[in-house]
Amino acid sequence: MTGTDVKTILHKDIVKFIRECLKKDHPDSYLIAVLHKVQGRYGWLSEPHMAEVAQLLQVPTATVSGVATFYHFFRLRPRGRFAISVCLGTACFVRGADEIVEAFRSELGIGMGETTQDGLFSLETSRCLGVCALAPVVMINEKVYSKVTAKQVPELIRQMQEG
Amino acid sequence: MKRVNLFIDETAVTVEAGTTIMEAAETLGIRIPRLCYHPDLSIEGACRVCVVEVEGSRNFIPSCATPVQEGMRIRTNSPEIRQARRDLIELIIDNHPRECQTCERDGNCELQDLSYSLGVRERLFEGKRKRHDIESSSPSVIRDAEKCILCRRCIRVCSEVQGIHNLSQLYRGFDTVVAPAFESPMNDSVCIACGQCINVCPVASFLERPSTERVWEALADPSRHVVVQIAPSIRAAIGEGFGLPVGTPATGQTITALRRLGFDVVFDTNFGADLTIVEEAHEFLGRLESGRNLPMLTSCSPGWIKFLEHFYPELIPNASSCKSPMQMLSTLTKTFYAEKTGIDPARIFMVGVMPCTAKKFEIERPEHFHPSGYPYTDAVLTTRETIWMIKAYGIDFTKLPDGEFDVPLGFSSGAGDIFGTTGGVMEAALRTAAEKLTGKPLEKLEFTEVRAVEGLREASFELAGKTLNVAVANGLNNAKILLERVKSGEKSYHLLELMACPGGCIGGGGQPYPPEGHYVLDPEVIRLRARALYDIDEAKKVRKSHENPYIQKLYQEFLGEAGGSKSHELLHTTYTPRTPRGIK
Repeated sequence: MTGTDVKTILHKDIVKFIRECLKKDHPDSYLIAVLHKVQGRYGWLSEPHMAEVAQLLQVPTATVSGVATFYHFFRLRPRGRFAISVCLGTACFVRGADEIVEAFRSELGIGMGETTQDGLFSLETSRCLGVCALAPVVMINEKVYSKVTAKQVPELIRQMQEG
Repeated sequence: MKRVNLFIDETAVTVEAGTTIMEAAETLGIRIPRLCYHPDLSIEGACRVCVVEVEGSRNFIPSCATPVQEGMRIRTNSPEIRQARRDLIELIIDNHPRECQTCERDGNCELQDLSYSLGVRERLFEGKRKRHDIESSSPSVIRDAEKCILCRRCIRVCSEVQGIHNLSQLYRGFDTVVAPAFESPMNDSVCIACGQCINVCPVASFLERPSTERVWEALADPSRHVVVQIAPSIRAAIGEGFGLPVGTPATGQTITALRRLGFDVVFDTNFGADLTIVEEAHEFLGRLESGRNLPMLTSCSPGWIKFLEHFYPELIPNASSCKSPMQMLSTLTKTFYAEKTGIDPARIFMVGVMPCTAKKFEIERPEHFHPSGYPYTDAVLTTRETIWMIKAYGIDFTKLPDGEFDVPLGFSSGAGDIFGTTGGVMEAALRTAAEKLTGKPLEKLEFTEVRAVEGLREASFELAGKTLNVAVANGLNNAKILLERVKSGEKSYHLLELMACPGGCIGGGGQPYPPEGHYVLDPEVIRLRARALYDIDEAKKVRKSHENPYIQKLYQEFLGEAGGSKSHELLHTTYTPRTPRGIK
């Protein structure tokens, strides 16, 4: 079976990309590229999407699952409504970004790359955002917060919960 | 072939180029300790237990994964190497439960053996230990990730031998776990319940779902009439559990042991096998005549059938509708036998002693329940569980006198015996089908052409002016090859015998762990077990299923004719496409 008789849930551009991969040598070697496309469109890798990638690309579902869980870059849960990204660039780091990360982790009860059960918050890190003068910085969705301290974290979370 | 000269522990040795250091050492009688290595699976190099010192190399070298080179000087037993191996095992044990005394594999565990033989006597690396719950959704296979040492043998056997690819390593580092896709329960995965992961696991990370407690309870319940049947391949393997040489037939002792355990009646699955042949031959000749749904696919192996349902649902119409021999016999026990003896079938507790973990799945299929709600088979014990029960009771198996099966469902032809090995179903079917087709008795009963010891065989026979193309496969990667040929139209076969496990049932996922000097899937073990079955067959007077007098009587008294309405109601079944769909 090459997937032509399957009703797809993946976007047609991704299906088209997979069909192109199937024409090349070693189509299975394009698995990571396909997963990037899926995450690029949907923001994360859901099980139905991964299962369909497996069927279309004819790579065992367990292998797809293994690859997706191995690499930190792949998100296995949707991003929260508030995507919190703590900058860990050099300037931010020396000014205590690690303490900020720790504060978010303990306040939200989630690890890096995870999303809270209520779907409100997800926690990620980024490398230098290019505003080192404002270090340490935290980006929440599109907004940059400057000179953040670990102490401010509970208040930041409260504001988002209310707003 | 190019030869390579080297020194191992200061002894000169010459081997073929491409030989690994581990194999070269074996020619000198040095068995380098190993853990993740398996001779019939791909090389993993995950555990590093087999490291050796190679002169001029900065690091210790894994001997399983390194080919020899000209002039190599290797030390397999320097103090540093011994220390390194000991450290490696200590580190593995440190992340492993301290449950040896209560573990199913106590006394039969490769990690335990290595720990002892390498001299681990204290624990120096007390550290964090992984925690996982036991996953027991499957009726057949239990997964205990907490005991897993990440050797990946299960992953390899599941993909390289069975072609299922159900298992993978998920996550990374300390969190790494071996599981089906998305860490789904085994019962919601493409697992076909063959149990080969149990066989190859060096520890107790995979085990069969136990049924011994339920059987003990039934045996102790005076209101129950407890009936047992033993599969063809049991008699060829059970002796290994009691120290008998591999390939020692032990039919009579097994019967006596089961009677001592308290079973009221001992029947033989072989009778079911004879009946399967009569029904299947009838079905096959019908299809030959109509030309429909060819090739016909055999249906005795429940692991193969589950594979068909997940991976090739489009070929379901080709499968024989015959129940497996076990289910035929169980059904007859709760109908024919119950009627004849006046025992209420709801009071009968039917146990199958099977080489197979997929049989535990099979008995829970809704098709295998009596319309009034009770299952035709109540419990399946693997060979291993049965050995354990006999030992637990304190029965001295090797000193037992031979017993006899009960009649009528305990008498079988030699054709029934060979069901337990690859090609046996085909051979048994050919013995009956050939006589029906030609109307003449066979001059030679053996069809050695179909004994697919290497995993895959094709043969053609001229019968009554027709050419019959048949093929036999064991191990599902081999089955895939045949099915793809069928689908592409490359070959036109009439009959295919398919068995999930390597070597057929004698290599089943419920068979004894290999005795000293052998390894799991060892072709020599498979060969010797098969020999035992062929010897039993050759020694029998009745060697064709349709000539079994009790089968003939059963049709006269109860079933009517082969393929008739009563046979269809009781002895045939249906299959259903399953999700998740497998990826071929």
